[in-house]
Amino acid sequence: MKDSLLRAFRFLGLGFLEPVVRLAAGEDSKKNVIQIFKKVLAPIASMILFLGIWYTGSKSLYNKEANYAIEKTRSERGDAESEKTRDCIASGDVSCQPNTLPSPKQVWNSFQLLLEDHRQISANKEAFIVKTSALNKKRLEQGKDPIVYTGRPSFVDQIKTSIKTVFAGFLLAFLFATPIGIIIGLSETLRNSFNWLIQILKPVSPVVWLLLVFMIVKTLTKDSTGDTSYIISFISVGLCSMWATLVNTAVGVSSVDKDYINVAKVLKLGTFQKIFKVILPAALPLIFTGLRITLSVAWMVLIAIELLAQSPGLGSFVWEEFQNGANDSNSKIIVAMFIIGFIGFLLDQIMLTIQKLISFDKGSDV
Amino acid sequence: MAYLELNNITKNFGTGADMTEVLDDINLHIEEGEFVAIVGFTGSGKTTLVNLINGLEAPTSGEVLFKGKPVEGTSHERGVIFQNYSLLPWLTVYQNVEMAVREAFPNASKDFLDKRIKEYIAMVNLSPAITKRPKELSGGMRQRVSVARALAMDPEMIIMDEPLGALDALTRGNLQDEILNIWNKNKRTALLITNDVDEGIYMADRIIPLKPGPKATLGPEFKINIDRPRDKTLLNDNPEYKKTRNAIIEYLMDIGNERSSNSTIHYELPDLQPRDLRWRA
Repeated sequence: MKDSLLRAFRFLGLGFLEPVVRLAAGEDSKKNVIQIFKKVLAPIASMILFLGIWYTGSKSLYNKEANYAIEKTRSERGDAESEKTRDCIASGDVSCQPNTLPSPKQVWNSFQLLLEDHRQISANKEAFIVKTSALNKKRLEQGKDPIVYTGRPSFVDQIKTSIKTVFAGFLLAFLFATPIGIIIGLSETLRNSFNWLIQILKPVSPVVWLLLVFMIVKTLTKDSTGDTSYIISFISVGLCSMWATLVNTAVGVSSVDKDYINVAKVLKLGTFQKIFKVILPAALPLIFTGLRITLSVAWMVLIAIELLAQSPGLGSFVWEEFQNGANDSNSKIIVAMFIIGFIGFLLDQIMLTIQKLISFDKGSDV
Repeated sequence: MAYLELNNITKNFGTGADMTEVLDDINLHIEEGEFVAIVGFTGSGKTTLVNLINGLEAPTSGEVLFKGKPVEGTSHERGVIFQNYSLLPWLTVYQNVEMAVREAFPNASKDFLDKRIKEYIAMVNLSPAITKRPKELSGGMRQRVSVARALAMDPEMIIMDEPLGALDALTRGNLQDEILNIWNKNKRTALLITNDVDEGIYMADRIIPLKPGPKATLGPEFKINIDRPRDKTLLNDNPEYKKTRNAIIEYLMDIGNERSSNSTIHYELPDLQPRDLRWRA
């Protein structure tokens, strides 16, 4: 029980909970208490420190902004008006709040609001579906398109769209880069002939890729009326992120241990057998490292690309909030920031878990 | 015509000014059923010689004949046991052997393959570790898998490239006996490359020293006239053993000295006196 729990935790990247489990199982208490302090309490303390710095920082920025507003009113419209501004700010009225870095509390409130908003929108959506179901059936019978909900997407919907886009882009990168990497890795001539192209294209900025994809997709989809922004953004994400996989696969395949190749020769394996039974398994750890980098790069550039391509998702959510300039826009942006970070972390953990499952040297670290 | 013949072999690496001549004027004849050992210092070109025989490399000039036919590439007829085991780390013991057996018997039934794999793993006493991966095995166990893999392909000749070099003395002794047993059972031809003269005398019919490179070549052969099965504990008192052992070691020492005295580079030593660093009043 204890061992399987420990293994599960380590597998899920929750290794820091190990001493808690051991303590609960009644193992050496002194050692485990020290371990808990090191692995559980220390990270919590650093989190509290971070929140503290954030809190004081936002407080002083708030004060600076408030004082500036009061002084400005005083010099422009006299003492009486400035007193009024001071009272207004102190009362917490939304009309005159200083616009600056939001405090942790504001961000938390915005997070709650966004969730509330999401519940509202999904309730609306459900009601809409129920209301239109009879009508839609009729429309389908008449051969017309059904009526769909076209209301504003909620924050959670945006997250879902972003994850969908990142996976589409990642899949594209995977399907494109791994086979090409393997082919390039197998042939030195191909490696030499494509090296310059890869080296030049690799450092190109996501923005430029987006524009390039835009040029091509725009022409290709001339006669379709659908929304192409989604296609553009996921292709750009794939193009930006595939380089790590391409290079790592090529290096992994080309640098397989000479001993393994000799074994393949002595056993007289055929070409396909040699590739699939010897070269690919040997290169798998490097290929997976490449895929992990690809996924994290994909998530990172996705936000920028959505922002520019105006395709729905977290990126456009951030941009719209910034343009919006409403009172709680800043705290919504910070909420999005944390969500982006958290999902990026989760994606990396998922990749790590798959890598551990597949890789042959898992005996060493699990 | 001998079973395996190497005639006037030379092997160079690189070209032009960077060329290193590893092997030169190698002539070797091995008869069927014979157990031959080649002893040499590390770095004398032993592995290159092995690779020429098993077909991983081609000689620069001269010919390697196996059963009268020139060796072109590797063949299932010649099983190789590598120095560093060369097991595939992502496969279990069973799968490592399976891969070889499948290649050697492409048309055999599943039952036959399974039986054969298990039989050879049992032969090297690894049945309890059949589902383990190489990483979980000790050095000696890994080398046993390698032996099982080479033998399960039913080669006519076994080529061993310092198979026991990295093992401790006890494991080494046990594996020597295991290999001898297997060789004895169906009298395959065997070529053993080693840096251990005692190992060579214990196992082989003939010992041929390899003069160290560059331009390594084979020295005079020493016949081992000791009846089989040889007993390790009695071997030390056997006069024939002592005589052969001394002769080989003397020969190796001589060529070792020759090599160091042949050095043409003369180092000019600086004429310096240590400075007196004591504090002077």
